[in-house]
Parts: sequence; C-alpha cells; structure tokens
Amino acid sequence: MRTAPSNIRLSEARKSDRGIVVGLAVASDLLHGVVAEELERRLLEIGFVEGARFEVLEEGLFGRDPLALRLDDMRVALRRREAAAVIVAMDPR
Amino acid sequence: MSDVLMNGRRVALVGNPNTGKTALFNALTGSRAKVANYAGVTVEKKVGAATTPAGHRVQLVDLPGTYSLRARSPDEEVTRDVVLGRFAGETAPDVIVCVADATNLRLVLRLVLELKNVGRPMVLALNMYDIAQRQGIRIDLEGLSQALGIPIVTTVAVRKRGLAEVLGEVDKLFAAPSHVPAAWHEPSAAEIRQAHRDAVQLLKTYVKPPLRPDTWTGRLDAVLLHPVAGTIILLAVLFLMFQAVFTWATPAMDLIDAAFATLGEWTNQYLPDGLLRSFIADGVIAGVGSVIVFLPQILVLFFFIILLEDFGYMARAAFLMDRMMGAAGLHGRAFIPLLSSFACAIPGIMAARVIDSKRDRLTTILVAPLTTCSARIPVYTLIIAAFIPDREVWGFASLQGLVMFGLYAAGITGALTVAFVIRRIMWRGATEPFLIELPAYKIPDAKNVLNNVWLRGKIFLRRAGTIIFTLMVIVWFLSTFPGAPADATGPAIDYSLAGMIGHFLHPIFAPIGFSWQMTVALIPGMAAREVAVGVLGTVYAVAADGDTASLAARLASSWSMASALSFLAWYVFAPQCMSTLAVVKRETNSWRWPVVMFLYMFALAYVASLVTYSAAVALGAG
Repeated sequence: MRTAPSNIRLSEARKSDRGIVVGLAVASDLLHGVVAEELERRLLEIGFVEGARFEVLEEGLFGRDPLALRLDDMRVALRRREAAAVIVAMDPR
Repeated sequence: MSDVLMNGRRVALVGNPNTGKTALFNALTGSRAKVANYAGVTVEKKVGAATTPAGHRVQLVDLPGTYSLRARSPDEEVTRDVVLGRFAGETAPDVIVCVADATNLRLVLRLVLELKNVGRPMVLALNMYDIAQRQGIRIDLEGLSQALGIPIVTTVAVRKRGLAEVLGEVDKLFAAPSHVPAAWHEPSAAEIRQAHRDAVQLLKTYVKPPLRPDTWTGRLDAVLLHPVAGTIILLAVLFLMFQAVFTWATPAMDLIDAAFATLGEWTNQYLPDGLLRSFIADGVIAGVGSVIVFLPQILVLFFFIILLEDFGYMARAAFLMDRMMGAAGLHGRAFIPLLSSFACAIPGIMAARVIDSKRDRLTTILVAPLTTCSARIPVYTLIIAAFIPDREVWGFASLQGLVMFGLYAAGITGALTVAFVIRRIMWRGATEPFLIELPAYKIPDAKNVLNNVWLRGKIFLRRAGTIIFTLMVIVWFLSTFPGAPADATGPAIDYSLAGMIGHFLHPIFAPIGFSWQMTVALIPGMAAREVAVGVLGTVYAVAADGDTASLAARLASSWSMASALSFLAWYVFAPQCMSTLAVVKRETNSWRWPVVMFLYMFALAYVASLVTYSAAVALGAG
C-alpha cells in the first residue's frame, strides 16, 4: 500500500499524538511471529479499523516501547513493531 | 432427542474478555468459578447447573473470553470447539448466551455478528448495565434486538440482577428453536472489516454515547501507565505483595506445620511400630504436610493477583513489563506466571495458559521453576544459618540477608537468561505480536475475589491430593526399603534404595563437592525441595526433628564452606521437584518438555555448582 505524504505509520507516533486510522499495511511475514494475514486480522479484531480515532497515551520506559493508546472508546497496548502495520493520518499538532 | 433430554440442555456463555461473563456464570449457577479483569484469564472449562423459569434443568458452560472464534490460544480453542460442537464427545450448545460489557459494545457486536453464523439460537446479555446507566449511555434495546435478530436482556451479574430474564429468554429459545444452517468459517480480513463497519453502524443507530463518561480510567492511567511513576508504583506493589506473602502467611504456615507434626506424633503413639506406622507418619503425613504448608502463601499470592486482575491492573503491568520481558524473549503476559512461581512453580506453570502463542507459553513454562519458589527457603535458611556469619556489612545490611538476596537474584537472572537462550536456539525468528486491551478500571467485588482465591486453593489441594501424594508415596518407598539390618550402625536411610541410589550417584556429585550424605538427601528432596532439610536431619542423626539449630551446627562442623556454597548453587537451578515436572507433563501433554526441563536444569545446576565449588576451593574455602 502506498501511503499519502501526510500519512505515517503508527510506530512513528509520539506521546499525545492524535489521528485517525486510514489503513493496515503488514510489511513482511517474517517480522512477526504470525503470518501477515493473521496479524492484520488481530489488529482488526481489537479495533484498528479504517476510520478509528486514536490518541497515544503513554510510551514505555525503554525505547519508548510499547505504546498505550486510546482507540475510539477503548484502550489498547501494542509494540511499535506491530504498530508499524497501522497507517494513520495525524491531526495537526 | 431423548438423549438430549436425558443429558439436559446445554447453554454456553461466550463473550469478550473482561465483560463479567464469569460473574454472570457464578450468579446463574451459584457455583464458584474464576472471574477476572485481565484479558483472557478464564482458563478451566467451568460447568454449572441452573433451572429456568419454565422448569428446565440446564447445564451452563462458562467459556474463555475471546474476540473471535478464530482461536489463537489453547483457551480460545476451547471456546471455538465447544461453540461449534467440535469438542470430543459433546454436541453443540442448545443456546448461546453472548455476554457483553454494556459500556463497551463495539467489539462484542462484531463477535455477535460472527456468532450468528454458527447457527445456534442466541441471546445477548448486556452486563454491567448499571455502570452504563450511571455513565448515561442510552441503548435502544428493542431496535438493537430487531436489527441483530436476537433477544437482548440487561444484567448486573454482581448484584444478581436480570438472571431470571436471561433464563426466561433461554426458555423461549428452547420453545421455538430457530433452524439457521451453520455457516461459520474463519472470517477473512475483508469479512472482519465488513463486520466492524456493520457493528459501528449498529452503534451509531442504536446507542447514544455516554453523557458522563468514565474519567477515572483516564486519570488513573495517567499515573499508572506513566513510564517512570507507573514503574515505581508497580515495583512498590510487587514489594508489598512479597512482604505480605512472607509475613501474613507465616502464622498460618506455623499452624499447619504444628498440626501435621501433632498428627505425626499421634500416629507414632497409637500405631504399633512397623511399616504401616512409618508409611502413615513419614510417608503420608510428613510428605503431604510438607506441600500443604505452602497453601497459605499460595492463597495470599493469589489474593493479590486476583485483586489486581479484577481491578484491571494486570494488563497495565504487562504493558510496563513488556519491554523488559521482551528483552529476554518473553511476552509481557509471562509476567504473571513468573510472579506466581515465586510462591510455587506449579500455579505459575498453570497460569501460563493465558499466553496465546505456543512458543511463548513453553518458554515461560520452562523457565518458571528457576524463580525462587518458597520451598527453597527452608534449605537456603538452613545453609545460610550454618555457614554465613551473622554480621553487618556496609554498616546497614546483614550479610545473611545479602546472600539470600543474591540467591533470589541468581534465580531471576537464570530464568531471564535461559529464556533468552531458548529464543535464540530453539525458536529463532520473530516474537509473537503484543497486542492487548487495557480494560476500564473496576472496583473488585469482595465476594468474587474471595471465591476465586478459594477456587485456586482448591485446585492446589486437589493437586496435592493426587499427583503430589503419589510422588510422596514413591519417595517414602525408596527411602524405607529395604529396611536397615539389625546390626546397623548408620541411619536407616543409608541402607534403603534411596541410600543406594545416593551412594551410586555419589561419584557424579563428588566433583562439585557433595558428600554422600548430601547426595542421599537429594533423592527424597525430589518430592519437594524442603524435604531435603528433614533428610539431612535423618542422615546426620540429629535427634529431634525440626531442631534446625542443632542441625545447622552439625552441618557447619561436617561440610566445608565450598561444599555448602556449592549446595546452595545447586538448589538455585536444580530440577529438585517431581511435582513440577508432573505438572509440566500435564500442561504440555507430552513427556518431551518435562524431560527437556529436567536435563537443562540439571546441567545448569551442575555447572553452577562446579564453578562455585572450584572457585571457593581456589579461594581457600575447601
């Protein structure tokens, strides 16, 4: 998937960033312990669907990893490695 | 048909994690099962009975929480197989009760849409409806019910509200079973997206967002998830927990110890001297007692774990610990099983079921026995009291305490290092995704917490009553037969099978500085680590048992410092617990993993003792 210039990967987001999920782009089967399709389905199941609003609540102590997010009306945590598969459009800061 | 009536109708409870599904199950059946707030903690399959308003006796099954029928962990496989009727020897449930957190409907609506494909009659229970009302969430129940094509009831499980309504709908579904063909298949990404869109559309149409949203979760998370403050709080919570495990549990443990000792004395008084007496007093009572003595610690530990789970904190702990665990190749969720292992590896290994991935779960199971369980403490305290001088270092710390701390640290370092090596050697490649829900905080229900602690205790006792009992009998047999000859000069155990094995194995242990007495003590020590203390007492023929002070003095005069340190190093790593190995066999359903565990721990312990002994001898402590 090509990403529009204003779109970034969720893995590049920092604390307090807000925005909207515009798509999923799971890079490689080898990066994750599961195949790309499986990771995509897990992300979808926990709510990373196109149009979902998010806000980065916290970053972990070491390497700013993992991320804690507000995702629509839920809260989720994920590693940046997985967050790289989520393409987001950021709100202007 | 008659078969179905004979066996009673079956109702399955399905839902996302953290929806109070198990609380509803408990309320409906009056039974005691586990409730938790930590994503996916319901692991055992729980069955209970209830009677519907129409008088049908139904069998209720509580299934592990899931976001989808696509199973990822052993837990979720149970849910899928039961719902689809694939479980060996079971038919599909007659009715599915889908349980939802009324304040968090989006994901569960998608699950409902997926469950509709299963083709079983279904009712949706909106649980925690009181919280939804308090927050001012308005749900058009009738409209949503019509749109979904299934009946909806509202419940407050912890207040026992809405129970009759749920069972009433179940009755109606019995009366008019719908005949929808089963069409479930693993949804593709596209189908999940579509179902999500449908769910969002349903939400927009039938649910008004909260007027007074929960602000506590946000406020608490600002502190509890904070990388620095949150980590400090987590460490403080852990510190408190361990203090409690070791201080609160002590009076109860002393009491249990005394009770078993009295029981043993009675047996010795009232039974004639002989094999039966020895079997009951030394085998059954002493053996089972030495394991049951850990019950108070396990109860206190689980009290904290369940309290924190129900509160919603455990998912936050997994978030805070994930990076550290990840560096060792472990999943953030491995944190809880490893924490439990500080009391006893057995509940820790059982708790590893919450980990989705098979590899992560196996790694966690394999390293769990390296964390310092409380059975090592009696051995550590005995050796430390005998060999480490009781003096202060650096003006404030006790040297003995420092050595104890070092032994704990060695265990933790060992566990993390082994996990890292397992990742590198056995399962190269990428780690599993870390992707968890952080549930909203909820005030734990006191009754639920106590019920669940009791349930944990029962599971442990059942294990003590079966596996552990059997092992105790075997160890007693080895230590008793054949009996000592009439003209025996040494202690009886010296002539027994265990003694023979000890002597036979002694050449292996001689290089690490173990005397034959120490080697003999290792054999009964396989039943439970702390049994070695009693055996050392027997081998060195210290008169009254339980008199550890005189035993320590005796050891101090017969072991070299190097041997003592080597013995400590051995106990940090050695696979000195058959019960743990038996539980690993049960949990992995294969002999392969207990064998792997035994071999690697043996090798690790041997090398650690060899290094310790050689270094100590070189330094003149031989």
